[in-house]
Amino acid sequence: MFNYIPIVGQYGIENIRQFGKAGMLLFRSVFRIPHFRKGLPLVIQQVYAEGFLSLLIILVSSLFIGMVLALQGYHTLSKFGAAQQLGPLVALSVTRELGPVVTAILFAGRAGSAVTAEIALMKATEQLSSMEMMAVDPLQRVIAPRFWGGFISNPLLTMIFNVTAVYGAYLVGVQWLGLESGVFWSNMQSAVEFRADVCNGLIKSLVFGAMVAWIAVHQGYRAKPTSAGIASATTRTVVHSALAVLGLDFVLTTMMIGGW
Amino acid sequence: MRSQRVIESFVGLFIIAAFSALVILAFKISGLTSFFKEKGYTVIAYFDDIGGLKLRAPIKVGGVVIGEVTSIALDPASFKAVIKMHIYKKYNDIPSDSSASILTAGLLGDNYIELTPMYSPAVLKEGSVIEYTHSAMILERLIGQFLFRVGGGQGSSEAAADQSAVGNQTGGRNEKN
Repeated sequence: MFNYIPIVGQYGIENIRQFGKAGMLLFRSVFRIPHFRKGLPLVIQQVYAEGFLSLLIILVSSLFIGMVLALQGYHTLSKFGAAQQLGPLVALSVTRELGPVVTAILFAGRAGSAVTAEIALMKATEQLSSMEMMAVDPLQRVIAPRFWGGFISNPLLTMIFNVTAVYGAYLVGVQWLGLESGVFWSNMQSAVEFRADVCNGLIKSLVFGAMVAWIAVHQGYRAKPTSAGIASATTRTVVHSALAVLGLDFVLTTMMIGGW
Repeated sequence: MRSQRVIESFVGLFIIAAFSALVILAFKISGLTSFFKEKGYTVIAYFDDIGGLKLRAPIKVGGVVIGEVTSIALDPASFKAVIKMHIYKKYNDIPSDSSASILTAGLLGDNYIELTPMYSPAVLKEGSVIEYTHSAMILERLIGQFLFRVGGGQGSSEAAADQSAVGNQTGGRNEKN
């Protein structure tokens, strides 16, 4: 019995230590004066790899999410004779919740896992330590651009996601199910507020972007330098990101609805 | 990896696409118009009870939106609600003796202020005060009055209670204080 208590303690200390290491990694890669002329091209490369190349999955999934939402919403709303409220339903649920959350989870799967695998493989093949040997700081050369790339890409992807999802809802609601286009847009415009709905959604996406990028970078950096270590680090990135995004989303929503 | 030039142009396209999406979100989806605030003048009105009136609620004349509510405050002396209304510049010929009433759009809709124009030759200007105001209808009070009216015919004691209750509702703030 008493033998188990130290195991629990060890487990807890190990977790806290990892958390502290992740915080130090973030601090050391972010709060260091960047070298703009050298750093900016690296960040742009990462925005390309993490953001631009994720566009396809974001566009397709947001279009289908908007269309499905419109179909389901129309089906239920027409029971109450309130089908003209389809626009507000879709726009509010997408800009407030679905846009930031689904984008962040897709982003973790598409870009976060790739970042983790890349960094972990660099570590396993001792590229990171050879950089240190050549007096190149791997935090500045490898970690920081990947973090900033994710941090910048995720809100941009969220904006595109929101618009495409609303367009998908427009396709289904107006073009297919035959709502009036003017009613659809004007009800949406009167219900959605820029600051309360759109901006709060974008604040969420900023937080999620930082979170996912941080988790991806940290899991890659601490991965065991074996093939199994890389595999489990990649898995952990996706799982931890999804959990962190959903948990943080609840916290942020409470703060925003509580009149923040 | 492609050359840096190609990557930069793709990233540029990506950022432009994202920000045009933001513009669409702002103007097409959320109907943001207060960004370019329409010029106009501010008019003040005092209401006994504003019900559920909110900031940015529309001001209408005959159903046409002519402005919006910009501030809601409480007058410390008279305990009346002070409403500041921003009326667009092109509606600069509203008679100064118009009355303002708080109405509800539909059965469950939001409150808005309806101005009813009268016949005075003078017009509303920056800072002028609307004298004739009608408070919001509160559904609970209407139901209360109705119930008292229905129950009033049965006994004299109930009728007396009815009288005092109605008095409380109409001018009762002084008695309560």
